[in-house]
Amino acid sequence: MKTLQKIYTFLIFFILYIPIVVLVLFSFNSSGNTGSMTGLSLYWYRELFATPSTFTALKNTLILALSASVISTLLGTAAAVGIGKFKNKAVRGAVLSVTNVPMMNPDIVTGISMMLLFVLVGSLIGLKEKLGFWTILIAHITFCLPYVILSVRPRVLGLNRSLSEAAMDLGCTPVSAFFRVELPAIMPGIVSGFIMAFTLSLDDFVISYFTTGNDFQTLPLLIYSMTKKEVTPDIYALSTLMIAAVLILLILSNVAESKGKNKENETSAKAAERIG
Amino acid sequence: MKQKRTLSGKIVAYPHVLWSVLFIMLPLLFVLYFAFTTPDGAFTFDNIIALGNHKATFALSVSLSLLATVFCFLLGYPLAYFMAQASPKKQKLLMTLLMLPMWTNLLIRTYSMMALMDDAGLINSLLSALHLNTIRMIGTKGAVVFGMAYDFFPYMVLPLYTTISKIDKSVLEAASDLGASPAGVMTKVVLPLSSSGIISGVTMVFVPSISTFYISQKLGGGTFDLLGDAIERQFQNVNTYNVGAAISLVMMILVLLSLWVMNRFTDSDEGGTQA
Repeated sequence: MKTLQKIYTFLIFFILYIPIVVLVLFSFNSSGNTGSMTGLSLYWYRELFATPSTFTALKNTLILALSASVISTLLGTAAAVGIGKFKNKAVRGAVLSVTNVPMMNPDIVTGISMMLLFVLVGSLIGLKEKLGFWTILIAHITFCLPYVILSVRPRVLGLNRSLSEAAMDLGCTPVSAFFRVELPAIMPGIVSGFIMAFTLSLDDFVISYFTTGNDFQTLPLLIYSMTKKEVTPDIYALSTLMIAAVLILLILSNVAESKGKNKENETSAKAAERIG
Repeated sequence: MKQKRTLSGKIVAYPHVLWSVLFIMLPLLFVLYFAFTTPDGAFTFDNIIALGNHKATFALSVSLSLLATVFCFLLGYPLAYFMAQASPKKQKLLMTLLMLPMWTNLLIRTYSMMALMDDAGLINSLLSALHLNTIRMIGTKGAVVFGMAYDFFPYMVLPLYTTISKIDKSVLEAASDLGASPAGVMTKVVLPLSSSGIISGVTMVFVPSISTFYISQKLGGGTFDLLGDAIERQFQNVNTYNVGAAISLVMMILVLLSLWVMNRFTDSDEGGTQA
């Protein structure tokens, strides 16, 4: 890269990171001042951990993200495998377009549309608390689904039909042919779809905001309710912890990806050897 | 030879089809229903007519989010281009650096902007330490545009980078061999070839910008309303659900229409829409 390009790239990343660095730095501030550092301390972290709602929200977020990603991965993988079997092109197109709606629609519209459904159905069957864990879970599964299908479907399309046919010729039942031949081949897509669903669920604020009730708060919702009051650095502390968690996840997935790539390269090299 | 049957018939897609009907299509029908009814359930056009009161909000939302999108594009395109030129190792590092803010929660990113721009925030403390006049940033439209651009910038750069890095270098060489100036290569070859990335990038910045309510609440200081704020406010109260649904309906049509128009410009949408 030329010097000018390097300076430009550096400047952009610098601006991109200043707010985050400031936030992390000020989470260690000894006073509640958000304009200047008065000294280093862990005061705001202690303060944060002294509030039980932090842990409840963390627990809720993880339970929700795990259930939403597991269910959407199962539903989405089955859909990605099955959609191709629709012989009618129009039907297949319609299913795929409807699937993609939550991905294209603004989050706020997805959120309020589901809320209307839940509230109306809830009052029809006479529920007192219409929104809560189950409604937010349904909402999260719904917006995760297109991403799972998006990452699994290319793998399904890339499947070599003759491999599973060969397996069946050699005595596999269709079920075992699926689990022993096709599933391993689409596994990388399933894993990345699962990870994507998990992180999206973890991160979501807007849709959660409209589809959850008072008794189920997630971390993003907790941050939102904290920022409604005055600015206090315990939000910085919570944010810093969340950034650290993201950083660790990102590094882990990078490591896993490069390992996976090596493996893939190996197998394709082996395949090439055999053919050649 | 016996008929070969596979397990993976279309039946395995049925749960998903059912799910989509119940939780994607049905809710949207409810938006439609609420937009055209009174709180008692009677058919009415009043909610759509009431949208006239929100004309200014519509105009402001569209213009601020367009501005943020243009900023992101103008700043992001060179960055994506330079990233694509870097060595593979450096590309990976820059990608990771770009992804980290993307995976950081939106609320946190907006909140960290607020910490900088607040009246008693870091920028103003620095200014007063230098004996300069402090600037009021929170509560201005500029702060909101900056916040949108800052929050969604990586969503612009990522698809741009993905498409630009896929462009065959020999095509660029051929263009300059055939006499194109560097500017000509840029405008006649690189830009058209990255159009699918441009479209994904523009959508991925514009759609969340036009529907945000958090950024305008925090950085706008509640001094003016954007579409997202208007919708959020109407859904605080059961009696105004209908007006809220009408605003959402129009916003949804606006967004889906612009997506459809933009997608007509490209045949493929491989521009890395997956975040």
